[in-house]
Order: sequence, then structure tokens, then C-alpha cells
Amino acid sequence: MWLRQRWISLARGCVPVLLATLVLPSVWARDKLTIAAFPAVDEIVRSAIGEWKKIHPEIDIQVVSRQFSDHHTAMTTALSTSFYLPDVMALEVGYVGRFAQGGGLEDLSRPPYNAGQYRTRYAPYAYAQATSRTGAVVALPTDIGPGTLLYRKDVLDKAGVSEADLIASWDGYVTAGVKIKATTGAYLMAHARDMKDILIRTGVKPGEGLYFDDQSNVLVTSPRFVRAFELARKVRQQKLDAKVSAWSNEWSEGFKRGSIATQMTGAWLAGHLNNWLAPSTKGLWRAAQLPEGAHAAYGGTFYAIARGAPDKHKLLAWEFIKLMTLNKNVQLAAFKSQDAFPALVDTYDDPFFEQPISFLGGETARVGWRDAVSKITAVGVHKQDAFADEVINTELDKVLDRGKDIATALADAQRLLARRAHR
Amino acid sequence: MKLPVRLRLSPKWAPYVFISPFVALFLIFGVFPLAFSLYLAFQSWEPTSGMSAMKFVGLDNYIFALQDEWFWKSLKNTAWLALASGVPQHLVAIPLAYFIHSSFKQLRNGVIGAYFMPYITSTVAIAILFSSLFSTDFGMINVGLQALNQVPILNWLVPDEAIDWLNDPDRIKPAIAMLVFWRYVGFNVVLYLAALQTIPKDIYEAAAMDGAGRLQQFWFITLPSLKPMIFFGVTLSVIGGLQLFEEPFILTGGRGGSDQAGMTTAIYLYRMAFDFNDFGAASAMSWLLFILVALLTWLTNLAFRPRGPAA
Repeated sequence: MWLRQRWISLARGCVPVLLATLVLPSVWARDKLTIAAFPAVDEIVRSAIGEWKKIHPEIDIQVVSRQFSDHHTAMTTALSTSFYLPDVMALEVGYVGRFAQGGGLEDLSRPPYNAGQYRTRYAPYAYAQATSRTGAVVALPTDIGPGTLLYRKDVLDKAGVSEADLIASWDGYVTAGVKIKATTGAYLMAHARDMKDILIRTGVKPGEGLYFDDQSNVLVTSPRFVRAFELARKVRQQKLDAKVSAWSNEWSEGFKRGSIATQMTGAWLAGHLNNWLAPSTKGLWRAAQLPEGAHAAYGGTFYAIARGAPDKHKLLAWEFIKLMTLNKNVQLAAFKSQDAFPALVDTYDDPFFEQPISFLGGETARVGWRDAVSKITAVGVHKQDAFADEVINTELDKVLDRGKDIATALADAQRLLARRAHR
Repeated sequence: MKLPVRLRLSPKWAPYVFISPFVALFLIFGVFPLAFSLYLAFQSWEPTSGMSAMKFVGLDNYIFALQDEWFWKSLKNTAWLALASGVPQHLVAIPLAYFIHSSFKQLRNGVIGAYFMPYITSTVAIAILFSSLFSTDFGMINVGLQALNQVPILNWLVPDEAIDWLNDPDRIKPAIAMLVFWRYVGFNVVLYLAALQTIPKDIYEAAAMDGAGRLQQFWFITLPSLKPMIFFGVTLSVIGGLQLFEEPFILTGGRGGSDQAGMTTAIYLYRMAFDFNDFGAASAMSWLLFILVALLTWLTNLAFRPRGPAA
């Protein structure tokens, strides 16, 4: 009996302690907003936490960072199962288009977000990239990649080729490449595929996507593709490409050694070259507009809110997106530290744009990139774009490496894509 | 310390409690994905719209898969790689195991360990190593071939130019097959060594007294005795070969290589789901692949089944 009473009194004493252990942490725990991102967007978010705390000191920010492809696979899985969805997800432009096909992301143009009122404050083509065919705004842009032609001035000087020779026309660009190869031994470009990639993006008519129109008709036998394939083949036949893919060891080695004379890319590559790809080539590079007045976007980052994300945080998530994309200081800080070209038009009058870039020999290249932004048009997205990209690259390889006839290659691609267009 | 009777497991429940961790894991990671993929194979699903976006489409995904050029292309690649990497594994492993079994005494375990090592090494480490070995300009394989090119008699066998192993559609398959062969030959050696140990020594002694040489002993005693293990080894190679994924996936950067020459069916169905967002067709393809694996395993069984009254 005595023992039983002891047990009961002990249990009575324990219950409040247990309850306190279980309940209090959740009461004391600070509310937090989860942001899923990839490098270097994760760094940009972390740097913006100070600004966030000025508005919401009571809400912490938790950054969940994964490698680029892991992040997007994780977001696909989270959206499909509605489990472990972050409050805000960063998305690369290619995935914005893909995810916009489904209904997994919040339409930010609707109340309570009403993103439409901020439309004019973003680079027009970037806002259009985040707008689906039904008019839903599924994400908002934070950084963009206006296309540019980076070239090695020292190599061009040796070859007696001027910037004007390089950019006047696509044929002139190839002719300049022949001269560069003959006099310096340097390749004009990393891979003939780069030529195809930019040319299929120029001259896209309104209502057309890259590979499909808005009725899902396949466009790959159009003159746009024929010309892209022809010029790529010309580059290969003249042995003007180093046959190396972007981000490979040989690619960065080509930049370091000056064996690749030019690269068509997003403006952000100048920062990568300076920071880690080829810092020893500082001062030797210059930036120009793309040949023949072409304008294209290379990459870009957006923020989105998943429809299945916790409701109680959605307005806070929206505030966070506004901070990251509409706050001039945050946008400029990311530009200065990570070369993330701002999507926010308000920043474009900042003196930073006029500053010379020492890596580009003191050129004020940001001004040119800023001008390019207004001329880029958004290209419609189709759910089979990733597959089409693969098919077109395969057919181009056959043309370049095995001498396949261009008309047959494009007809084969057309047939394969037509089977998938409506899936 | 003895637990009070109340807290002890009753003998009636104990077996179920003890096997429950396995059963739970098997249900979650074994049965559920199987059942879910079978369900998915009959659905059209835009995954980013959530589970509610699934739409029943009957056999559409199977019809699409069977009419898909790339699916057939991936099957041909898989068959090529399974044969080119699988057959040499056994042709080398059997004599090698016999040689180790009959020639090594003290060093035996060390030699087996060396051959087995690639099997237990991380695939990622192996693929990184082989990517640099196969590098066109700086790779050891091309450097070795160029050295052979300098030898007067061998130079007509070796090409003058460096081989682009990982980008040339004609070279990528042999490159993958070499890696897979190197990786699994040791595993088969261990299988055959285990089988060799079960063959009674007196049979060999009797054969030797009858004047049989080592080659005859191998041909008339060792090989027939190994038949059950060859069946087991070939079955594992058939199943493994048809499901080949990791090695080509990493060597080709997850894309299957130029002209999809290194794209096995397992890689293609992964890409269908995660790169091309078509989970329904990917699931249908995985079930078609399963049917093929089951069929070939059955045929292997037929080929190795004991025949005649004497067997």
C-alpha cells in the first residue's frame, strides 16, 4: 500500500514535467519561413535575412539548400505528393515553364497577392516567362541572364579581327572565326551546338514557342531551325569549334589557355570567369552584343509559392518574395556579390551599372546588358520542351559527326516530336 | 534482470513482433512502390499538380511505350551491353576461378580480395575514376593505346587518333561494357570458387590416375560440376544486365550519351519520369522491362535445366 502511494505521488510529480517538456518547446519555438534554394541563390537569401528581420523580427528564415538538379527533383517530388513543401521555392527558368503546365503553384496574379500591380517593375520578358498560357503568374523573377558575346580581345587583336567584324552578321562571325583559327589556332567557340542554341531562339514569332506553337504544332522544320543547323554545320566543317561542352574541364581549360576565343552566354558568365573559371585571364576579355542584333535570355531565377504549402505562411511567403524581388537594396546586393543580374527595373538607374568591370578590361559592360534586357522577348513554353531539346541535339550531332542531311535530320525530329506533342 | 510477467511478450505474439521491422520496411519500400508504379502505369499524370491530377487512361501508356522509337533503341542498347559485358564475365571468371583454386594456396584470399574489390567499391568513385581514364586527351587508356601504336607490329591494330570514348556513339558502349565487366568479374570468380570447393577431390585423383591432363579435368569434371552455379551466375547477370543503370548513368552525365548510345532502358524510364515529366509512360515501360526480365530468366532456366534420365 505504501509502495503504491509512493508510485502515485511520483507519477503526479512527473506529469507536469512531462507536459512541460512536450508542450512548451512548441509554444516557445519561434515561427519560421522555409525557403528551398540552390547555390548561389541560397547565399543571396542568407544575405537578405538582415533586411527581412527589419520587417519581421519575429519570423526566422530557414534556408534548405540542395545542389541544382537535386533541388528541382526535390521540388517536383514535393509538389507531386504535397509533402515537405517549403514556404517559398526558388526555381530556374526552365522549371518555371515546366511547373506552370500543372496546377501546383499559386497564381500570384490573384488576390491576396495581386502581383499584376508590380508587373512594370520587372524586366518585361522575365515577367512574361513566369506567366502561363492561361494568364496565371506562377512565380516572380529575381535574377535574369541577358545574352552577351564574351570574347578574348588579345586573341582577336592577334588575328586582326575587330568587334564590329565579329557581331555585324552571323556569316561575318563565322568568317572572323576562320581568320582567328588560321592566325592564332584558337577555336571560335566551345561547341557548334552553341550556334544552334542561339539561332533557334532568334526570330521566334509571337504565339510560338521554341519547338511548338500554341496549338502544339511542331516547328522544327521551319527556316529558323534550317539556318541554325546550317550555320552550326559550317562552324564544324571549318573546324571552328573545340567540341567541348559547357561546364566540362576542357571548357574551363580552353578559357584559361585562350584556345576558345568567344562564348555566347548570359551576362553572369563574366562573374564566373572572374571568380573561378579563369581568373588569370583578367583584363583580356570584352563583352559585346550578340551578332546580327540577336537578343536572347540565358537562364534566370524565380521565386514561387506551392499551392499545397502551409496556408498560415502564404502571406508571409509573399512578403518574402516581394522583399527579394522588389527591394532595390536586396537586388543590388545580390548583383554586387553574386553577379545575379537584377530582374527589378528600379535598379537600372543605379550608378553600379556605369562602373567599369576590371575583368573586362575596364569596360562598362553592364550598360550594354541593361540595354539588351528591354529587347529580349519571352518564348512560349511547352511541356515537351525538355524532350525536344534532347531530340534536336541528337539530330544535330548526327549532322555534325556523321554527315546526316539537314532536311532528313529535321524531318526525323519532327516525326518524333509530333508523337509526343499532345501527351 | 528479469522483467515482470506483465511486460513480457507472450509466445503467441513474439514471432510477429520480431519480424515486424522487416515486414514494415518491406511493405513501405518493397510492396508500395511496386503497387504504386502498377497503378501509375494506367494513369496520365502531371506530377507537379499533385496526386489529384491523375487521370485513368487504360492501356494508353503501354501502347505509347511499345510504339516509342527511343524505348526500342534503349532495349537494343541494354541487350548489347548485357551481352558484351555479361558473356565475358563468365568466360573469364570460370577459368580464372579454376586457376586460383588450383594454383594459389597462401595468397589465395588476397587474390580473391583483389578481384572482389571493384564489386564493393562505390559506383560513383568508380565512374569518376573511369571518366578520367577514358578522357580523350589526358586519359590513361588513350595514352596506353598511343604507346602501343609505337610498337611496329601492333600499330595497325591501334588507331592513330585519340579515341573519344565518352562522346562518340560507337565507342561509348564498349567503354561502358569494359567498366561493367571489370566491376562484376570478381563477384563471379567468388561464386565459382565457392562451387569449386564442393567438387570432391577424389574425382580429380581418379581422373589423374586414368591419365587425364589438367585441361581434360577442367573440361570433363570441373565444367559439368559447375553447371548449377553457372545457371545461378548467368541468371544474376541477365537480371543485372537488363537493369543496368548506375555505370552508364554516371559515365554519360545522366543523359545516355551522344545519340543515346549509352541509354539503357532503366536510364530512359528514369529520364521519362524525372526529365520529361511522364510518370505514366515511365511506369508502363518499367513493367514491360519486368516482363522481359522474367521471360529471359525463364529461358535461362530452360537452357540450364537438367536433361535426360542420366542428369
